Amino acid sequence: MTALVEIRDLSKHFGGIHAVERVSCTLHEGEVVGLLGHNGAGKSTLIKVIAGVYPADEGELVVRGEKREFESPADAREAGIETIFQTLALAENLDAPSNLFLGRELLTPWRTLDTDRMEHEALQVISRLNPNFRDMKKPVRAMSGGQRQTVAIARALYFNAKILIMDEPCAALGPAESRMVLDTIRRLKDEGIGIFLISHDMQDVFAVCDRVTVMKNGAVVDTVRVADVTEEDVLGMIILGERKKTGPRPAPG
Amino acid sequence: MRSWLERAGFDPRFTSLVLALAAIWIALAIATDGIFLTPRNLYNLSIQTCVTAIMACGMVYLIVARQIDLSVGSQIAFTGMIIAYVQVRWLGPETPDAWLVSIVAGVAAGAILGVFQGWWVAYRGLPAFLVTLAGYLMFRGAAFLVADGQTLAPLSSTFQRIGGGVSGSIGPAWSWILCAIACAWVIGQAVQARRSRARYNAAMATVGADAAKVLITCAALVAFVAVVCAYPDPTSTAANGVPEGKGIGIPVLILIVVAAALSIIARRTRFGRHVFAYGGNPEAAFLSGLHVKRVVLALFVMMGALSAIAATITTSRLNSGTHSIGQMAELYVIAATVIGGTSFAGGIGTIPGAIVGALMIQSLDNGMVLMDVSSANRQIFIGLILIAAVWADALYTRKIAR
Repeated sequence: MTALVEIRDLSKHFGGIHAVERVSCTLHEGEVVGLLGHNGAGKSTLIKVIAGVYPADEGELVVRGEKREFESPADAREAGIETIFQTLALAENLDAPSNLFLGRELLTPWRTLDTDRMEHEALQVISRLNPNFRDMKKPVRAMSGGQRQTVAIARALYFNAKILIMDEPCAALGPAESRMVLDTIRRLKDEGIGIFLISHDMQDVFAVCDRVTVMKNGAVVDTVRVADVTEEDVLGMIILGERKKTGPRPAPG
Repeated sequence: MRSWLERAGFDPRFTSLVLALAAIWIALAIATDGIFLTPRNLYNLSIQTCVTAIMACGMVYLIVARQIDLSVGSQIAFTGMIIAYVQVRWLGPETPDAWLVSIVAGVAAGAILGVFQGWWVAYRGLPAFLVTLAGYLMFRGAAFLVADGQTLAPLSSTFQRIGGGVSGSIGPAWSWILCAIACAWVIGQAVQARRSRARYNAAMATVGADAAKVLITCAALVAFVAVVCAYPDPTSTAANGVPEGKGIGIPVLILIVVAAALSIIARRTRFGRHVFAYGGNPEAAFLSGLHVKRVVLALFVMMGALSAIAATITTSRLNSGTHSIGQMAELYVIAATVIGGTSFAGGIGTIPGAIVGALMIQSLDNGMVLMDVSSANRQIFIGLILIAAVWADALYTRKIAR
């Protein structure tokens, strides 16, 4: 089976700073891969390359067996990659439907905005994620953290993404809203969508991820199956940057 | 009362602006013994407002997108000189259609100025403030060079009507026909909006609130046309010796077309949506895959074209092209835009607001002239009004941010 995303020896430098250094990792259908590491480990830069924000300096990005070089976020979206950025990337002055369809507006036959249809569609997808969220006229500025997050997630889901990148989706949320996001991740996984998840919350990572790729100083420390390691092992990899020693525990298989 | 207005779908900012304008008109009417509210003065006021208002429509877009154009006064001068040059030196003023060719040339020249400024801002990342400050100097100089500082006159007699002076209006019959069409359009839009929202079972304002809105809009249209038709046109030769009313001035007609088109673009097209998204959060606009550079460039081009349309009206009123026109226009245009509720923080602003803002400045100027207030004192007073408007905007923004 070809991987949804395959990254081979990808590097990205900013001046003399090696933000991402010869990183390789893969993502398959119906798989959640956690990207872990300290702040500045290069996770966000890596996903911004995949999302078309920055071009890679070296290495290859293969999406569904096809080598790609994205020139803009729009290119990545066209390839079926949706990204929920940590900043959420919402226009605070616009309402939920306007943000959801930003750049991909629904038009009437006269090429004008079909605002009522967009509002209707937005209400469908948003209320499925968060049944209490029904006010589609209020600007993002007036929304709670959870509602903003819902809009960002709804935007990623509406356009039938095959590959989803989530950068700290639960960082600004309370426990109930975090559970909503984790349930959504599991559901999408069952639908065969591949997800890169960046998170600092080890419980969340162990709850939904199949594999984790740990980064430190721009390079990959190791990629392991979650079932094979403990939280302590992963924390050790993040903090010390050392691969898990194959200790007394018997290797699986 | 505030929340009641909001629930009924009235924009509180715009409503308070209109109420402020009404208060100013009443004050000026009292101070001038009613002269301010005579049909003759109101007709003149409507003509005087157009140049500022047309350019303010473009400035709304620019300020919404966190840009600015300080060069609009110089753009008027340059494009006005191009228009006059085409008529006087190139084709000859009474050549058929020379007036039309000159307008096309002027608009094209304005668009080119916009491409120049927009390219530096959008594709080279220079701040709009500095690029257009340079434009302010350069275009004024270029205006001088078009005819080596000479004044070009006279202009085509057809062209002179555009300024709204002698035979510069469309008469009562056409005015009332257009008024009826406009009212029908307002009613039709309201009915269609309700129908569309009903189809999706979407929430909407009560029938009474929508009806009130339509009624107020139509009443304002009828009142305006009644006033301009009550101003007798001395040149008209009616059968019974009583002069006909002037009707809607041609500059006002141009303003209505520009304002309607730009309002529709702002609210109903992808371009307009992208301008507001960019102003609200430039990074989000980029991450959402919008062609932000192209949008910013287009805004400057649009501003240049609108300056040329304003220049058409100004040169026509003067019946000559001179390089000194449009001085301080940028300040009045920006003031009108800000008084009209457009926020320098970006992402917020409306075309109708800017037009009311322009009308407010012009009303104060016009009224104080009638009251014999000196030019120096008028400038001080209008400056104070601008500060009051920005202060009100800051209070309002703080309130909605809470």
